[in-house]
Amino acid sequence: MSPSVPLQEMIRAIRSARTQCEERGVIQRECAAIRAQFRQSDNGGRSHNLAKLLYVHMLGYPAHFGQMECVRMIASPRYSEKRVGYLGAMMLLDEKQDASLLITNSIKNDLSHSNQYVQSLALCTLACMGSAEMCRDLAPEIDRLLRASNSYIKKKAALCAVHIVRKVHDLGELFTPAARSLLAEKNHGVLHGAVVLITELCERNQETLERFRKTVPDLVQIMKGLVISGYSPEHDVAGISDPFLQVRILRLLRILGRNNEGASDAMNDLLAQVATNTDSTKTVGNAVLYETVLTVLHIKSESGLRVLAVNILGRFLLNNDRNIRYIAMISLQKIVGTDHNAVQRHRGTIVDCLKDQDASVKRRALDLSLALVSASNVRSMMKELLLFLSSCPPELRAQAASGIFNAAERYAPSQRWHIDTILHVLTTAGGDVRDETVPNLIQLITNASELHCYTVHKLYRALLTDISQQSLVQVACWCIGEYGDLLLRGECQETEPVQVTEDDVLDALETVLQSHMSSPATRGFALTATMKLSTRITDNVDRIRSIVSIYGSCIDVELQQRAVEYNALFRKYDHMRYATILLVHSNNVHTVSISFERFVLKMQSSVFCSGSNRQVSPLVFLPQVCDLLDLLGGSEVTLQPIPAVGGTAPGLFTNTSSTTGGDLLDLLGGLEPAPPFFCSELSYLIFSAAPTVQVYEKAGVALTLSCEKQSDSGLTVTLTASNSTDSDISSFTLQAAVPKVCLIKHAIPTHTHQQTSFLC
Amino acid sequence: MIKAILIFNNHGKPRLIRFYQYFAEDMQQQIIRETFHLVSKRDDNVCNFLEGGSLIGGSDYKLIYRHYATLYFVFCVDSSESELGILDLIQVFVETLDKCFENVCELDLIFHMDKVHYILQEVVMGGMVLETNMNEIVAQVEVQNRMEKSEVSLFLDR
Repeated sequence: MSPSVPLQEMIRAIRSARTQCEERGVIQRECAAIRAQFRQSDNGGRSHNLAKLLYVHMLGYPAHFGQMECVRMIASPRYSEKRVGYLGAMMLLDEKQDASLLITNSIKNDLSHSNQYVQSLALCTLACMGSAEMCRDLAPEIDRLLRASNSYIKKKAALCAVHIVRKVHDLGELFTPAARSLLAEKNHGVLHGAVVLITELCERNQETLERFRKTVPDLVQIMKGLVISGYSPEHDVAGISDPFLQVRILRLLRILGRNNEGASDAMNDLLAQVATNTDSTKTVGNAVLYETVLTVLHIKSESGLRVLAVNILGRFLLNNDRNIRYIAMISLQKIVGTDHNAVQRHRGTIVDCLKDQDASVKRRALDLSLALVSASNVRSMMKELLLFLSSCPPELRAQAASGIFNAAERYAPSQRWHIDTILHVLTTAGGDVRDETVPNLIQLITNASELHCYTVHKLYRALLTDISQQSLVQVACWCIGEYGDLLLRGECQETEPVQVTEDDVLDALETVLQSHMSSPATRGFALTATMKLSTRITDNVDRIRSIVSIYGSCIDVELQQRAVEYNALFRKYDHMRYATILLVHSNNVHTVSISFERFVLKMQSSVFCSGSNRQVSPLVFLPQVCDLLDLLGGSEVTLQPIPAVGGTAPGLFTNTSSTTGGDLLDLLGGLEPAPPFFCSELSYLIFSAAPTVQVYEKAGVALTLSCEKQSDSGLTVTLTASNSTDSDISSFTLQAAVPKVCLIKHAIPTHTHQQTSFLC
Repeated sequence: MIKAILIFNNHGKPRLIRFYQYFAEDMQQQIIRETFHLVSKRDDNVCNFLEGGSLIGGSDYKLIYRHYATLYFVFCVDSSESELGILDLIQVFVETLDKCFENVCELDLIFHMDKVHYILQEVVMGGMVLETNMNEIVAQVEVQNRMEKSEVSLFLDR
């Protein structure tokens, strides 16, 4: 090969530079020289300069000043210059640059050049970077070349036509007749180009596809020629005659035979022949077999052939060559939707591939395993997948975690299994799960009410072992806050209970709060949980108070705000605390509950501070509260009887002084500015989740409220009144009022006449 | 469609870069670096297919590569190409280079970058496979080189 000496010298100079800086220096000097040379008129060395520029471009240095030179070189009559010019155009120009328009004319002229190599240069450039306008201009030329030229040009013109069709879809019509006639060619290169062109045309346009179905017999003929013919040395690759062409034709047959009985029938014999005769010991043989299998599975083939195809894939899966196994899994992925049962038979091998050391094979195996999970095999598959998750490469973790979640959601055999699975994923790959996992899990736990005890025990143990996985810690904190009493009770049916004291639980939460690994959101969860526990535990309320007050001066604004509000609850409204915390408890969605509780706390503080207006209008606050209730999904709650003691004054809304037993009205006893709306709010929420509460005891009369959830939207609240005074109480009536969102149905009270020591 | 053909050595230095889809210059260099990073991590006995490059195309694209002594030949393709077919194509390309350069080595690729491009042009055109018959390719390349040589000698005679 004749070397380009100036180019070689430059390359040598660049290579001898010992540091990056030196190299940059050399290149800058060379570029300056090249620029100067470009500005000069024609000298013999133009092609060398452009070649040098292209080398520099490959190394990553800017070379845009060479674009106009490319245009000039393409227009030159000399072949060497044209050659470099076209190469430069393909590397430096693209349709976005203006200079690319300037070469359209040159290309047009060169397409009709007498020298076929000049023609081929033009075709090549057009196929690489031809813009839509250029394609439209030059399409008739290409069509002419497709029909009447030698095979060297024909094959290039065919691929150029493919590029044109991709850029300008309508021009497909123009090339269809020429493509049809090209199938009669003998030259393999031209045939190959023709098949690619026909494939492109059929994929774009349904009508064209219908028309080309008639060519199926011709294609089958060509294939037969390739498969059966004797040894042909020029096209032979490891004993298979032109495998590239075979693969292309098989693909085209796949497209033509899809959903069409007639075409599929015509191909059946051929496919059977190829499947059985092809030698699968070499890679090329496998390439052809693989295409055959895919074609068989995508057309309407007869069942015997399908079975053969799936068996071939099964053999591929067991092949020692990793490439073949990879390919097998790709094809199984393609058919898992349609031939699910056939793929299920190979589940064992696929699951084994999860343990392969090759990352690409693992990735394929993961995709396929997730697609194969079904209701019948979910337990065993999940075991394997969880094992995989603990040892999988980091780039696959997120995909594996979300795949496991989806599968668990769809096929979970029991709630307990579902919770266990999610917990397992959070412990192994907690950092890679999506954000909505935490609220989803909380939702799941809340719904599985019989498993609360089990869940809180498990989460507590998990928290003790490891507090680095944020999602897990968040859920654990929430759970302990919510069901801490179940934990402290020390008994559990499904799992071994932990014997903890209140101090232990608080220790755990405090560790989370203080750990540097906890994110601010996690700290928020922990603080709220600590606060919630103040109503669940009896001895260590002071400790909680001190923890909360520390965070009142925390740097994080969110935490500080929370802590201050909780502090306020402790200091000023301690008697309210129980009720308020209950308020906070009864929300299902934690994210909303955070804002809700803060909103309520704000409302409380604002109302409490609003002075002694005893008749604070409930309507001011109620709509917002109602909206919030809607948010929590409580829009159609029907509350059944809220029995309330009422003397003569109606309901709970007003707090005007009443006649006898005026104090009875004041459920919250001893509170100066009683927020009337708040009572109803409080009542509603207390009633939805609280255990039996003694709400009033004075002068021998005791009232207890207990509630029972009848259904998702109904609640029965029972007021039990007991009279332990010496006298009778008569005209015991019941009146209740509720906010607009609730419906109330009164039941008849059992007794209206309270006798001494009578319990009704 | 073949999106890109990259040849680089064991240290990531590019020896031949051909993109069949437009990318800005700095993007091209980034792609080269990312591809080198992905490919160099691979063992020698794992499969030749790689997924996971994010810059060059996304989920439909794979890297099919072969490692010969000091060079990596990487083809970035989409799902319309047969993976095993491309693997064979790399083999054909390397054998063609071997024939054209007589026992090709890395230095040949370094000093004759333009020639390698011309050979590649006979194998892959516009991102599509053009010719796979080694003898045909070599013959055409020879003719073109002779044409160029005759022109140069004409010039030198002047």
